[in-house]
Amino acid sequence: ASCVQHRLVVRDASSLQLLQLYTCLDQIQYIEWSSDSLFILCALYKRGIVQVWSLEQPAWHCRIDEGSAGLVASCWSPDGRHILNTTEFHLRITVWSLCTKSVSYIKYPKACQQGVVFTKDGRYMAVAERRDCKDFISIFVCSNWQLLRHFDTETQDLSGIEWAPNGCVLAAWDTCLEYKVLLYSLDGRLLSSFRAYEWPLGVKSIAWSPSSQFLAIGSFDEKVRILNHVTWKKITELDHPATIASKKTIVYKEVEKSPTVDRERLSFPPTRELASSLFSTQSKYDISQVPVSLQYVKPVADRANPKVGVGMLAFSADNCFLATKNDNIPNAVWIWDMRKLKLSVVLEQLGTIQCLQWDPCQPRLAVGTGTSRVYLWSPAGCMVVQVPGEGDFQIVSLSWHSSGDSMILLSKDNFCVCYLEREEV
Amino acid sequence: MGDWKAITVPVLSSDSKDIFSYTSEKKISATSMNSQVLRLSLPSSKNMHSFFSAFCTEENLEQSISYIDRELTTLGFPSIYAESKGKELNLVSIINCINELLVLQHKNLRAQEEVEMQHMKLASDMDHLQNCYAKLKEQLELSKREIVGLQERDRQLQSKNRNLHQLLKNEKDEVQKLQNIISSRATQYNHDMKRKEREYNKLKERLHQLVMNKKDKKIAMEILNCVGRADGKRGAWRTDKTEARNEEEMYKVLLSDYEQRQKQLLLENAELKKVLQQMKKDIISLLPPQKQKPKEKSEEGLVLSDQEEDIGELNKENMWELSCETVREQLTNSIRKQWRMLKNHVEKLDNQVSRGHSGALNEKDVISREDHELETEKLELEIQQCKEMIKTQQQLLQQQLTCDDDTTLLLQDCYLLEERERLQEEWRLFREQKKNFEKERKSFTEAAIRLGLERKAFEEDRGTWLKHQFLTMTADCNSPNATTPSAFLRSSEPDIRLVRSASRQRKPPSVLSAPVSAEPCWTSQYIEQNSVASEKPAADNMPNLWVESDDKEETE
Repeated sequence: ASCVQHRLVVRDASSLQLLQLYTCLDQIQYIEWSSDSLFILCALYKRGIVQVWSLEQPAWHCRIDEGSAGLVASCWSPDGRHILNTTEFHLRITVWSLCTKSVSYIKYPKACQQGVVFTKDGRYMAVAERRDCKDFISIFVCSNWQLLRHFDTETQDLSGIEWAPNGCVLAAWDTCLEYKVLLYSLDGRLLSSFRAYEWPLGVKSIAWSPSSQFLAIGSFDEKVRILNHVTWKKITELDHPATIASKKTIVYKEVEKSPTVDRERLSFPPTRELASSLFSTQSKYDISQVPVSLQYVKPVADRANPKVGVGMLAFSADNCFLATKNDNIPNAVWIWDMRKLKLSVVLEQLGTIQCLQWDPCQPRLAVGTGTSRVYLWSPAGCMVVQVPGEGDFQIVSLSWHSSGDSMILLSKDNFCVCYLEREEV
Repeated sequence: MGDWKAITVPVLSSDSKDIFSYTSEKKISATSMNSQVLRLSLPSSKNMHSFFSAFCTEENLEQSISYIDRELTTLGFPSIYAESKGKELNLVSIINCINELLVLQHKNLRAQEEVEMQHMKLASDMDHLQNCYAKLKEQLELSKREIVGLQERDRQLQSKNRNLHQLLKNEKDEVQKLQNIISSRATQYNHDMKRKEREYNKLKERLHQLVMNKKDKKIAMEILNCVGRADGKRGAWRTDKTEARNEEEMYKVLLSDYEQRQKQLLLENAELKKVLQQMKKDIISLLPPQKQKPKEKSEEGLVLSDQEEDIGELNKENMWELSCETVREQLTNSIRKQWRMLKNHVEKLDNQVSRGHSGALNEKDVISREDHELETEKLELEIQQCKEMIKTQQQLLQQQLTCDDDTTLLLQDCYLLEERERLQEEWRLFREQKKNFEKERKSFTEAAIRLGLERKAFEEDRGTWLKHQFLTMTADCNSPNATTPSAFLRSSEPDIRLVRSASRQRKPPSVLSAPVSAEPCWTSQYIEQNSVASEKPAADNMPNLWVESDDKEETE
């Protein structure tokens, strides 16, 4: 599904054929599929309206109007029948039920990076709240929205919460002014708290490993600390230095090669293919010899939220690799081998990394740097895929299909689907 | 009279001489004494005698005698007068006095000598001491200067040290200050944040109220028809039962997670225990050989045997199934002990090897291990080779087996192919030979052409030479005959040689014209030799001819 201005276009994933076309009242800011893929919600933040469309019955419609409360965020509940709207100024979260037309309110939600999280199995929801200058976390049962637990956290200013994939542990972390990661069990008990250092800027990003064995914490000091799930103590620190000296890491460097053009074939006026091939530079990967020094960007000291530290963390689906991006070295993706807890590969790109995502089935990583090329890495090697097309297609974000066969590449105005062939065995 | 005392030894000797001469003449009257004195003063060349004359002359004889008497009496000698009043001199007393004076003089001289010796010694000592003193003074100066320098340095270093300490303190203070500032600022920010949050909350409350008031009008949900639940069930009321059930479910989830984790940990534990047991067994198996070692290790062996018994007991009891603390500790402790023993054992072995003491056994072990390794390598290589052979043989077998129906045809084809290949080989050889023959023919023709040209040139030269000869002969009829026949001979010799070469040259072409036989090489060699031979004499002849012609021209 994609939206264009005020229209919602639904296409088939394998053939990109137009299936449905819906029209909304105003420009759509956000769309989301329901978990059973039967409904799509379109949020119009400016109007404070959420419109829901059904795929099975195109004639069915539903409109939720928040009125003067305004709308800041909207999302589905895991069962696909409730919509949670966050009103303006984070006044409250209203839970609209599509089955019963009933409404529930959650007061004092916290306006933070990740305030509402659902467990993987969709049974529980954790909401971060703030009352009287204190942070709380409420755990709700998603089936009937019953408040299960409500407890306060020892944070100065809770910045985000995240469930472990096994649904039993909730990680909560504090703002970047305080390095503090708290781990709560499902029933609200504090299992452990982790604090690496006191004064410098703290946690930037957090990721659970898919088996819930590890919690990776990326911080502003360019290091990733990994905690294990048994003792909640640090197993190791992964550092991101600007020079890589270890002989065991492979460094792939993206190298541009200008295309060779036959002089004789030049014709006037130049054909479109020729023009595009002339101006679009090919690039490929070269293996650089260790030691390699990467491009290091010194951050501006005075600004807030400096571009320092580990900003992106992602575990691969098979729990074997961890991909990180250090914002000081914005062109490189660091891939760590989780079994040996060592740096195995570094991908050095020509542009800054905008987005990276692991294949949900295999250990395959797709990286986009804002150019019209998508970079794929797997333990077998890495390659550059050029997005065919006229003009520039600058990849802003990408997203894998759940089967791992295809992925969507999004630029500002267009999107394209990249299909990956499976190897014939 | 003080002058008298200043005179030393020489005077004495002369003095005694004089005195003796004087005394010998004592019996002579007093008047003669003066003459004696005069006599004394006259023959002496020494100036000292003048003193005597100065002291006692004829006029003051009595005075001088009385003076001497007085002096002697004051010195403690008896008077020289016979009686106190009379002017007669007591000779005996005079002689005694003189003797006494002499003895005194000797004594004094000796004493003087001694004193002078001492004086010299003291002087040299003094010099020595002065030198030492000077040196010591110098050393003292130097050391003083050094001390001053070292003190200076010490002062500087101390001041530097102090400065550094000061700097360190300053830095520490700064750091402390900054930390304090940070903490104070942090508290300040927190306070401000809280204040702002409270304001913000108030605003939110206000807004909430406003929104709630307008709730009825605008906020609504329009829905065409209710959608069924995802799982098909109907919605349930929220009662206490459901709440309890939710709690139950939550706890169930947690418990299941914990159980799973515990299972995993148990498995890990069991594995690790198994590994430890294995290690223990291995260590035990490594240690018993120690019993065969010399006495030094007998004690250890005994200890080991005790421990082995314990271990055996432990093993028998299937300890890995029990998991209480004491058992675990025992297991780990026993493994640690044995590991330590093994380590010691290995260290001792290393020492033995390095020392070379009773290392025969160890070396044998080492060597045998090396041999063993070599052997294993060799065996591995053999195995690989055998495998490869087997593979190739299998392939061949497969090939043979696969072609069942087409064998005869293939075989026939093979034979034909063989024949064809053979024929091709023969053709190739034939072609090569042909090429060779062609080459040789070409070379022969070229040689023949060259020879022809040479012959032409030679003939021409010969002609000219003969002409010359003829002309010279006709011109020089008077010249001696000896020369002409020699000239003729000379000319005839080359002629003969030329004829011979020409005849030889004529032969090869005939040979060339013969059909190609199976032995072309032989003929080519022969031809080559001949051509070489023919060329040589021609070549020899040519310079000769040229030279001769030159000579002839010159003479003409």
